[in-house]
Amino acid sequence: MTATAAAASKRRSNGLLSLFTLGAMPSKAVRGGLQVASLLVPLLLWTAIASLGLVDEKFLPSPQAVFRSLASMAESGILFQDIVASTGRVFGGFLLATLLAVPIGICMGVYPAICAICEPLIAMLRYMPAAAFIPLLIIYLGIGEEPKIALIFLGTIYFNILMVMDAVKFVPKELIETTLTLGGRSRQVLVQVVARYSLPSIIDTLRINIATSWNLVVVAELVAAEVGLGKRIQLAQRFFRTDQIFAELIVLGLIGFAIDMGFRLLLRLSCKWAV
Amino acid sequence: MELIVNNLSKRFGEKLILDHLSFSMKSGDFMALVGSSGSGKSTILRLIAGLDQPSSGSITVDGTPVSGPGPDRGMVFQKYSLYPWLSAAENVAFGMRLQGLPQRDINERTAYFLEVVGLQDAARKLPRELSGGMQQRVAIARTLATNPKVLLLDEPFGALDLQIREAMQDFLLQLWQRTGLTVLLITHDVEEALVLAQRVHVLAPHPGRIVSTVEVDLDKSDLNQLRLSAAFLEKRRTLAGVLRQLEPALV
Repeated sequence: MTATAAAASKRRSNGLLSLFTLGAMPSKAVRGGLQVASLLVPLLLWTAIASLGLVDEKFLPSPQAVFRSLASMAESGILFQDIVASTGRVFGGFLLATLLAVPIGICMGVYPAICAICEPLIAMLRYMPAAAFIPLLIIYLGIGEEPKIALIFLGTIYFNILMVMDAVKFVPKELIETTLTLGGRSRQVLVQVVARYSLPSIIDTLRINIATSWNLVVVAELVAAEVGLGKRIQLAQRFFRTDQIFAELIVLGLIGFAIDMGFRLLLRLSCKWAV
Repeated sequence: MELIVNNLSKRFGEKLILDHLSFSMKSGDFMALVGSSGSGKSTILRLIAGLDQPSSGSITVDGTPVSGPGPDRGMVFQKYSLYPWLSAAENVAFGMRLQGLPQRDINERTAYFLEVVGLQDAARKLPRELSGGMQQRVAIARTLATNPKVLLLDEPFGALDLQIREAMQDFLLQLWQRTGLTVLLITHDVEEALVLAQRVHVLAPHPGRIVSTVEVDLDKSDLNQLRLSAAFLEKRRTLAGVLRQLEPALV
């Protein structure tokens, strides 16, 4: 047996530990198992702690209680109403932010002059916490849907712009110049080459940044709302319904997860060449 | 067609990159510019393509000064030259689409030029499914499809393996012999320049300038034989010697 083969077999015999050596690539089945465990282990722990009565049920409701509360909210229609209200706000604000951010980010990435005009301002605005705008937004826009959508818009647009700009800077210069020598005009270059080439990174940017809008929608609803997942959490607190809070949190997580998967699917369908 | 480069100079800031360059080309010419790095050879091509502006001097195509990039001067870069989301055929069609040609013409010309470069069977493949040599052939077909007056090649085979590079040289020479293209080739490879071009300008570095011009009047019916022939090797040795003398001690 050669030295390297011996070393390899020694690594294998280390069992679980070998999964965590640099360069180790576990099989698909092993990775799938670990992924399932990532969700299953905490759930089992939670069940165990709750059923052993280690923590007062008022503070840590059992999974069964949370599930019951989820079912009853689903039955009464509240859950559906909340989901529609919150996702509506998220998509409204985020869509607006995206529609503006993508063209601005592309132009900033392509034209150094536009970048110089916009970047200092955006860099500063980006560090003003969006939540700090809530009082202003309420003064300007009242307490309806507008300030909530505006908050999500404000909280995501700057990150979207800067990340799209960065993505655009990875478009090979040769590809832009080839297009010019093929007779392409500026607009054609921007839309058909720069935007198209950056599309995978732009979709990825949106996938990452939409998480921020979930943060902000809950903040907005805590301040002023009739319905919404965040509002329900606040109401549940008033009545000490931790089971409801848990249920709403899980729903928030699941929707976020679904959106993430949605973006990944979109990427795979629209940019086969890049995945 | 006549391309005239007259007293062309280019500075980047204080630094002189090209120093009073002059040469001209006519329809059907195959010309090569050979130089090491620092000879500004890519800059020359970029100026002719209209991607950069000269500091002084002029470039005219059929009497019209070059003012910006245009499809009359087709350019092929060394790498990143294909649109990765488009198939080979769609890449070839792309330039014609930009120019708004009728769909029927686009289809016909795409099929024709794919065949010219011998890639009709790869029409539906994505660039990443093609070898480096095939990718460059697609890039050449795409440029030819827009009917340029002159084809500008910036070290088009520089990123390829030696064997593939020689095969691509054979391919390009045959393409030129068959179609009567006008080609301006930039390379650092003396052999490549001699195999392909009728006339080779040698560039000296810092600043870039033409120091010598070689007419290549060799029998090019069989390139494999040519590469081994005494006359070719002699020319190659002379040219390589000229280039070596231009370089300060490298090591």
